[in-house]
Amino acid sequence: MSLDKGTVRAIAELARIDVPEDDLDHLAGELSGILSFVEHLSEVNTDGIRPMNSVADLGLPMRTDAVTDGGYAEAVLANAPDAIEGFFTVPKVVE
Amino acid sequence: MMSELTRLTIAEAGRRLAKGDFTARELTEAHLKVMEARRGLNAFITETPELALESASASDARRKAGQAGGLAGGLEGIPLGIKDLFCTKGVQTTAASHILEGFVPQYESTVTANLARAGAVSLGKLNLDEFAMGSSNLTSYFGGVENPWKKGSDPAARLVPGGSSGGSAAAVAARMAMGATGTDTGGSIRQPAAFCGIVGIKPTYGRCSRWGVVAFASSLDQPGPMARTVEDCALMLNGMAGHDPKDSTSAPMPVPDFAKALTGDIRGLKVGIPAEYRPDGLNAEVARAWDQGIEWLKAAGATPVDISLPHTKYALPVYYIVAPAEASSNLARYDGVRFGLRVEGGSLDDMYRKTRAAGFGPEVRRRIMIGTYVLSAGYYDAYYSKAQKVRRLIAEDFTQAFRSVDVILTPTAPSAAFGMTDRSDDPVTMWLNDVFTIPTSLAGLPGLSLPVGLNGDGLPLGLQLIGRPFDEETVFKVAGVMEQAAAFTAVPEGV
Amino acid sequence: MAYLIQGETGDWELVIGLEVHAQVISKAKLFSGAATDFGADPNSQVSFVDAGFPGMLPVINEVCVEQAVRTGLGLKSQINLTSVFARKNYFYADLPQGYQISQYDQPIVGEGELLIDLADGTTRAIGIERLHLEQDAGKSMHDQHPTKSFIDLNRSGVALMEIVSKPDMRSPEEAGAYLTKLRTILRYLGTCDGNMQEGSMRCDANVSVRKKGEQGLRTRCEIKNVNSIRFVQQAIEYEARRHIDVYEAGGDIRQETRLFDSAKGETRSMRSKEHAHDYRYFPDPDLLPLVIGADFVEAVKATLPELPDDKKARFMAEYGLNAYDSGVLVAERASADFFEGVATGRDAKMAANWIMGDFFAAMNSGGYSWEKPPVSAAHLGAMIDLIKDGTISTRLAKDVFVFMVETGKDPAAIVEEKGLKQVTDTGAIETAIDAVMAANPDKVAEIRAGKDKLIGWFVGQVMKATQGKANPAMLNELILRKLKE
Ligand SMILES: [Mg+2]
Ligand SMILES: [Zn+2]
Repeated sequence: MSLDKGTVRAIAELARIDVPEDDLDHLAGELSGILSFVEHLSEVNTDGIRPMNSVADLGLPMRTDAVTDGGYAEAVLANAPDAIEGFFTVPKVVE
Repeated sequence: MMSELTRLTIAEAGRRLAKGDFTARELTEAHLKVMEARRGLNAFITETPELALESASASDARRKAGQAGGLAGGLEGIPLGIKDLFCTKGVQTTAASHILEGFVPQYESTVTANLARAGAVSLGKLNLDEFAMGSSNLTSYFGGVENPWKKGSDPAARLVPGGSSGGSAAAVAARMAMGATGTDTGGSIRQPAAFCGIVGIKPTYGRCSRWGVVAFASSLDQPGPMARTVEDCALMLNGMAGHDPKDSTSAPMPVPDFAKALTGDIRGLKVGIPAEYRPDGLNAEVARAWDQGIEWLKAAGATPVDISLPHTKYALPVYYIVAPAEASSNLARYDGVRFGLRVEGGSLDDMYRKTRAAGFGPEVRRRIMIGTYVLSAGYYDAYYSKAQKVRRLIAEDFTQAFRSVDVILTPTAPSAAFGMTDRSDDPVTMWLNDVFTIPTSLAGLPGLSLPVGLNGDGLPLGLQLIGRPFDEETVFKVAGVMEQAAAFTAVPEGV
Repeated sequence: MAYLIQGETGDWELVIGLEVHAQVISKAKLFSGAATDFGADPNSQVSFVDAGFPGMLPVINEVCVEQAVRTGLGLKSQINLTSVFARKNYFYADLPQGYQISQYDQPIVGEGELLIDLADGTTRAIGIERLHLEQDAGKSMHDQHPTKSFIDLNRSGVALMEIVSKPDMRSPEEAGAYLTKLRTILRYLGTCDGNMQEGSMRCDANVSVRKKGEQGLRTRCEIKNVNSIRFVQQAIEYEARRHIDVYEAGGDIRQETRLFDSAKGETRSMRSKEHAHDYRYFPDPDLLPLVIGADFVEAVKATLPELPDDKKARFMAEYGLNAYDSGVLVAERASADFFEGVATGRDAKMAANWIMGDFFAAMNSGGYSWEKPPVSAAHLGAMIDLIKDGTISTRLAKDVFVFMVETGKDPAAIVEEKGLKQVTDTGAIETAIDAVMAANPDKVAEIRAGKDKLIGWFVGQVMKATQGKANPAMLNELILRKLKE
């Protein structure tokens, strides 16, 4: 499978990573190389095999419903690049 | 005195601290000195000498008050390095990425908290491949780490320590730290341990908590210890492991005393030797080391058994779908809003795109993009779902094998350490370093690498022991016997 | 009668499906131990997990699972013993992890059914497609600063149940009835408070239209986050009309997400959702499959309250109420309980009339709630007893009720205190009748000559003379006897 520039541009957009137009070709080549490497998997017969999403062979552990966390807004905001009046901020969004 | 202290193992240091031969503060000072002297290796991203001395003194005070021993024992007053993927409260944690530069967590990872409770002293935060993505430590935003070992044929060449726990491996090999934490997603503890001539174990998935460890690929990531002896790794794992209710994938199982597993008696054990790990063109020295390992085990009364792990060759493609897919999602949180780097932009999306382009290095960007692609509409089944199915086949190969053997022996890496400028830019070639470690990661099994000798160029080679799920004890036991047999006493330059 | 919209080219039918996000009632969030209370200071109810900090991991809250199962049972839905949490990946300012933990192809609750009650007294079954558990996002505020949006993550990670209907509704009325009924059921179950103003119940409406008799579905538009039932109905009506106008002008509807502007009564395209969607769902590797036992489900089932449909049927059978009255009384669990508190052992129809009449009027006059009703069920019951045993007439009871609301006192005490006891002493009533007859001999003569219409006038005069206290039945009987003597 080889990826064209347009596809790479679309992936970069989905991943929210700026890719300069000049780099698209090179990246397309690299990503295509990786895809052709992983494409060997198509030789394997996986009929009737369930995907193994985790090796952990447990049920999902549950916690009790109790307030045990939060209540530390300063710590949550301590690393924020731009916090105002207890809020995180982002460039203005128009809905 | 100083250099003598840094040559001790954790076990010896523990005994002598108990006897009062020296203090934890003296032991820490000795290591801080080496840390300073070997700064050129670039093993640390953040050194914390003041904090280290403070906690060493606190350890001495505990010992004086008769409270020494911590929870697990054996780590009281022992200076360790922490891979900079573990969040440490009040100390910068970067994952070796520009995007997290300056990030100071307000919380402490479970594993490092466990170590602190056991009395260990942290010297600082160790360099790694960016977000643990790499096998060379060359992808770190803070520069590559240099392996303290030198090639006999070309002593001027700077070699990689392996990755991603390259800073950990280099620091332990160069005696800057008695041990270090690592994390292993596809070989990131075992391969650098092999490259730097030390011991490292990736425990069973779920043995050590992932809480507070910067995530790369959640279904594969597993913290583990790196040290200079098998026993030291066992002592460290005693301090690191344990069920953590904050990690839903943490195993609710008791932690045995791993050091007690080192009985030296492996008579009657069956050791699997997988045919698929001896491909055509396997490096002859690596093959010879492996054969030697088999002989040692035979001599100790174990029985080698030829086994087959037929899906081995698909492990790398599976890994390079699953790990980037999970990473693409795990790394979505680095968006310039709540922590880390932010590059302003005219709109929200513009800010995201600029921040992430500037914050992530090329290997991370590449993996995020591959991961994004294999999960995207129309490709999920062909890539991600297919890979997870083949993953089950790989895991079943091991299950099948462990019906007839107790442990599996393989090489750790296809080669010894290579030069920092040796390898091509082709990512796939670089990924082949992990060909022997990745299957174990996919199956979630414990895997230990220990040094067994030097190649013709004077560089260490490692062998890998793979165990049944949650049977680290057998792995340690066999490793202990091999360690005895190998009598690996070589040290890198400057030690 | 089917709801159809007349267009220039003929009649159009509406196809409506609703997705409701219902906030689960729980103390802590779905995957963290932070509190869920409404209206706290910004970012004060946020854990590092909710804010998507590096290395943070989710652990599920058992009560949220229980609440989802409870709701599933209340919607007569299939409970899936194994369900899977998946990540829905997208970038947005109020989504700290860069993904929402939700359920995708394996939700905890599968197909079910909800019975809606329509104004004409009929009911209709609307299919439930699924219910899944997911995390809420934070809140963006766009009007606090000229160039920035502010983000508060207090809601981030709060448990939501997304309840998806089948596209079974055909009119705004049905959509309203669905939401009303769903809210009633959620409140009965105690799984969501149903407060649309505070956003604990939010509705997305999927709307399409098709020609009457046409098979298959046309392109739908999703109207996001409408915050009252009335607005949902308005938005649907507007959107349907818009589709029809577009089709009749020869255009095509593009599938999109739209916002309802309640001030203008219009829907408009949502700019922030214009991006191509590709959520890249995959099972969350931080969470293993959620496996619950049949015993877990049974235990929840054992605690289910009687649900409104069952209660309504029982009120009709047990108390002889009609469908309308039963429907009104079961709309809230508290009103149904109040009714039963009054009606048990008494004339149920009379209890229903008092509750739906004077009591609801008082309730609506302000300051009251089911926790603090204008009069207690015990007092209202006691008042009905006083009517029944003839102590007070229904007319007097209305005054007694007003005093009860004002003073909170026992009706018997009020009757005593105000001297409102009805006169049942035959002699006293006869004396009053005699006096009125003596004062109006001409009218007595007219009645005796057959002018029965005047009897009412006599009753009124005597009642006036007794200050309303005469027992009306006795009064009637005695007047008739005396006049016809
Ligand atoms: Mg939805
Ligand atoms: Zn939803």
